[in-house]
Amino acid sequence: MKKRKFGLALSLVLAAGTMLGACGKKEESNGSVGGKKEAFTVGMVTDVGGVEDKSFNQSAWEGLTAFGKDNGLKQGKNGYHYLQSKQDSDYITNLNTLARQDFDLVYGIGFLMKDAVTKVSEQRKDTKFAIVDEVVENSNVASITFKEHEGSFLVGVVAGLTTKSNKVGFIGGVQMPLIEKFEAGFKAGVMSVNPKAEVLQKYTGNFDKPADGRATADSMIKSGADVIFHAAGGTGEGMIEEVNSVKQKDPNKAVWAIGVDKDQAYLAPEAVLTSMVKRVDLAVADVAKKAKEGNFPGGEKIEYGLDQSGVGIAETKDNLSDDVLKAVEEWTAKIKSGEVKVPSTPAELKNFK
Amino acid sequence: MDFFQVLQIIIPSMIFLAAPLIFTALGGVYSERSGVVNIGLEGLMVIGAFSSVVFNLTFADTFGALTPWLSLLVAIAAGVIFSILHAVASITFKADHTVSGVALNFLAVGLSLFLVKIMYDKGETDRVAEGFHKVDIPLLKDIPVIGPLFFTDAYYTSYVAIAVAVLAWYVLFNTPFGLRLRSVGEHPMAADTMGINVTKMRYIGVLISGGFGGFGGAVFALTVTGYFGHTTISGQGFMALAAMIFGKWHPIGALGAALFFGFAQSLSIVGSGLPFFKEIPNVYLLIAPYVLTILALTGFIGRADAPKASGLHYEKGKR
Repeated sequence: MKKRKFGLALSLVLAAGTMLGACGKKEESNGSVGGKKEAFTVGMVTDVGGVEDKSFNQSAWEGLTAFGKDNGLKQGKNGYHYLQSKQDSDYITNLNTLARQDFDLVYGIGFLMKDAVTKVSEQRKDTKFAIVDEVVENSNVASITFKEHEGSFLVGVVAGLTTKSNKVGFIGGVQMPLIEKFEAGFKAGVMSVNPKAEVLQKYTGNFDKPADGRATADSMIKSGADVIFHAAGGTGEGMIEEVNSVKQKDPNKAVWAIGVDKDQAYLAPEAVLTSMVKRVDLAVADVAKKAKEGNFPGGEKIEYGLDQSGVGIAETKDNLSDDVLKAVEEWTAKIKSGEVKVPSTPAELKNFK
Repeated sequence: MDFFQVLQIIIPSMIFLAAPLIFTALGGVYSERSGVVNIGLEGLMVIGAFSSVVFNLTFADTFGALTPWLSLLVAIAAGVIFSILHAVASITFKADHTVSGVALNFLAVGLSLFLVKIMYDKGETDRVAEGFHKVDIPLLKDIPVIGPLFFTDAYYTSYVAIAVAVLAWYVLFNTPFGLRLRSVGEHPMAADTMGINVTKMRYIGVLISGGFGGFGGAVFALTVTGYFGHTTISGQGFMALAAMIFGKWHPIGALGAALFFGFAQSLSIVGSGLPFFKEIPNVYLLIAPYVLTILALTGFIGRADAPKASGLHYEKGKR
């Protein structure tokens, strides 16, 4: 009981501190953060992908790092910090650890952490939580989601216009609503610009088996597909590796990989056509900023789409022709204006045009 | 898609998926044949993958195209050194083999990730510059039927795996050394009476298994993933262990079992694109490798007997 009162007092002092701190911004902005709990601290727990998964975990960490730097925080327990999960059973422990270390805002990155975030946020009502890619309906949890189908639609347009064999591939991780958003958007995009094209698809049932991604890509390429998009994390990286090795063997072969979540061109600059990027970093930093300003969107579901630049195609455009880029711009405008409503489930896809 | 085309997809990816398992399973065979249970194969693979990737990243500029092969040698050395721990604990100090093997697994993951963190200041390494790439074997690829199936889109390491399996069989069953190794695993007391140094033979068995484990891990890292992180080796060591049991502690059996695992995995991946598998729901294809393995283990191979003294400590003069 005593502890809780103390905690309440502490957080009041802190709240006052931040408010007053905001008044004296000029002096504080370049002063380093010394003592414990003077600053607004943020922590995140990765899912099993790890902080360098070249995907949303890494992206989230970049967002957090950017937020930390903007606010003069240091990496560590008194600033911004991450804990890596090696297996599913680590989620609850890691979330609890961060909450116990008095982080003001704790992120659970990835849909895999839904149950863990739900449970821990119920036990620790004083800590603010946020989850990426899932919805948790507790008042101290903000749910960050994306309109992946809109971004996938754009890379679908790219694939549909680039394919010469009129066969494109889609590799998904585990078949579930989140990944089906990618599938539906991608297929709709291909269909819109190239009705003749066929989409081969395969759910490998995992996100961490590059060997499966390679073998799947191999079979798709041998079946005639020449552009493959993935939404399968590490498994999908195997796909990119496979496309790359096909190109290494025969540089004239027109096969392309489309990356996901981040600009994956750096993995294989000659093999990656484009990537559908999901700006987890922007979203994470945005929510952190809101929370710091006292507008924490607890209990809300925030959707980042094309219009907030939450999704889109990657910066690297070396392998794209001008025609394709122009088409992408046109479709972007159509989606933003609401003229085209991109399907987000396979059921909606059936009714799409 | 006709049948031949289907085979052309399935067979290369089967061999590709099987190669790392073959090496590691051979390691298991040598260790258990000498009487030491080696559940630490997973850990040995981790060490192999880690050391090969680090070597590759560090020396790619120095050795150029030769780097991946040298990385494999480094991985073998690292595996041998790491397996000394297991040998000392389970042979000299007579610790429980299973416990020591599990310790090896934990230590390998922890140690390698810790070192990656220190060396590169991040959770996983960069991509290796010089990995193994797909090749068509000249001349052989032009053989009708066999050429496109076995000699195109392949990795050199896969052929090495098969050759090494045959070599391992020859050494184990047709040389005096192999006979001695097997004898200390079957009846160490009898072997001791005949003047064979049981401790020495068991050490050799474990160290060979360390080399093979490291090799398998390196092959996996350099052909499949191209980097080292905490998800690089996840369960392949245990699959190799299963392949060894499935193959009845015999090198050629282990080779066959590993290829069978590769085939099942490849079928589950390729299946959905094939005409006669298209109607089967994806989930059944995904569980197919495991179901096939259980069926094969229970139904087809009959009794699988471990070497008699496997897992037992040998104490001189004890009856």
